[in-house]
Amino acid sequence: MPKASKSAPIRVLIAKPGLDGHDRGAKVVARALRDAGMEVIYAGLRQTPAEIVRAAIEEDVDLVGLSILSGAHMELIPRVLKGLRAEHASRIPVFAGGIIPDEDARRLKRLGVRAVFGPGTSLETIVESVRSIAGRSS
Amino acid sequence: MNGREPRAPLARAVRRGDRRALARLISLVERRDPAADRALRELYSFTGRARVVGLTGPLGVGKSSLVNRLIGHLRSQGRSVAVVAVDPSSPFSGGSVLGDRIRIEREDADTGVFIRSMASRGQSGGLAPTTRDVVRLLDAAGFDVVLVETVGSGQVDVEIREIASTSIVVLIPHLGDEVQTLKAGLFEIADVFCVNKSDLDGAEQARRDLVELVALGAPRHGWRPKVVSASASQPFGIDELWAAVESHEAFLDEGTRRADRDRHRLRAELFELVLDDAARRLRGAVEADRTFAELVEEVRARRLDPRTAAERWRRRSARPRG
Repeated sequence: MPKASKSAPIRVLIAKPGLDGHDRGAKVVARALRDAGMEVIYAGLRQTPAEIVRAAIEEDVDLVGLSILSGAHMELIPRVLKGLRAEHASRIPVFAGGIIPDEDARRLKRLGVRAVFGPGTSLETIVESVRSIAGRSS
Repeated sequence: MNGREPRAPLARAVRRGDRRALARLISLVERRDPAADRALRELYSFTGRARVVGLTGPLGVGKSSLVNRLIGHLRSQGRSVAVVAVDPSSPFSGGSVLGDRIRIEREDADTGVFIRSMASRGQSGGLAPTTRDVVRLLDAAGFDVVLVETVGSGQVDVEIREIASTSIVVLIPHLGDEVQTLKAGLFEIADVFCVNKSDLDGAEQARRDLVELVALGAPRHGWRPKVVSASASQPFGIDELWAAVESHEAFLDEGTRRADRDRHRLRAELFELVLDDAARRLRGAVEADRTFAELVEEVRARRLDPRTAAERWRRRSARPRG
């Protein structure tokens, strides 16, 4: 990559797949990432995995963050991963947040999710992890 | 140069309709990467075909919702649509939250819609510094219509006029005093006014006020802005809104209007580029010049005033060296 790209802000898509309407967590994370200098594309509520994959590609994001509180994470997150692979976009790392039991978190990581943030994770930790996953640790 | 297919791989991919390549190239343009520069040069001959329509107006008037409805309307006519939505960057962190991202119900395989958010990255005026180039990429990629949604900071979003062929200014009922201030700012850039949320009370009054304001003003270059009532949420008025855009486009197509406008803009763009280049060269010359440094000292000692010093330097540097 050319030198100029280093100074470009990290672009992150924050999306909430599925039907739960609790987007406070997603908004708090979006805001923390913004305050850390990132460009956050906030996709909002009730996105289908296909919509998320599409947005990730068209917005050319460095990462995708998925927030799920409905318990449907083992259903929805693998579908996003699969969709990205189908679009030759599996280079885009995916992280997840929400109420996700440890066992599921391990399984998701085996499937390729780069990080899973449970309730109570500090915003600093999330920001640092996102930077490091994007390959731009400070 | 018309029609020659580009050689840069990304530019070729964009011409082939590769959406990932298009998305990638937009990012490169945003960060002013040299690879983007080459692609832009090669793709320029394919631009000038898309209808570029701007939507601007104060925060919260529902520009994104209208964009959604316009996408639906245009898709139903079989036209492809690209959207560029500009949101502000924080002057403090440089970060930005873009969205709620425009959402439309579209078939997963529909390649006729492409939506991209841009952070303004420090530029005021409602657009990002590279919006014009991004619009050109989308134009060259073959989209029939490019919708540009501006930051929405209100009165200062006037730059859209330099990019769009038709500018829609979106308002809502009960803006009252806001409409007064519009006389000076947004009022001058509107080709079409859209009173969104016209399902609310006061919509008819707002429409009448606007019609009156429009009637008071002299037509600009022969065009009197249209006023359309619409509601993105109901929805209604979307067909009428697009019909108003079309009528302005048809107006531009009469005689030499479109060509004149194009010439005027390109002249300004070219002049800016020439000026940038001249400024860069001059800066280099000044920095390397000992006399310039001496003149600065003269000014500092109050023996010369800045204007006389500048004039002296100009005369001296214009003189052929022996």
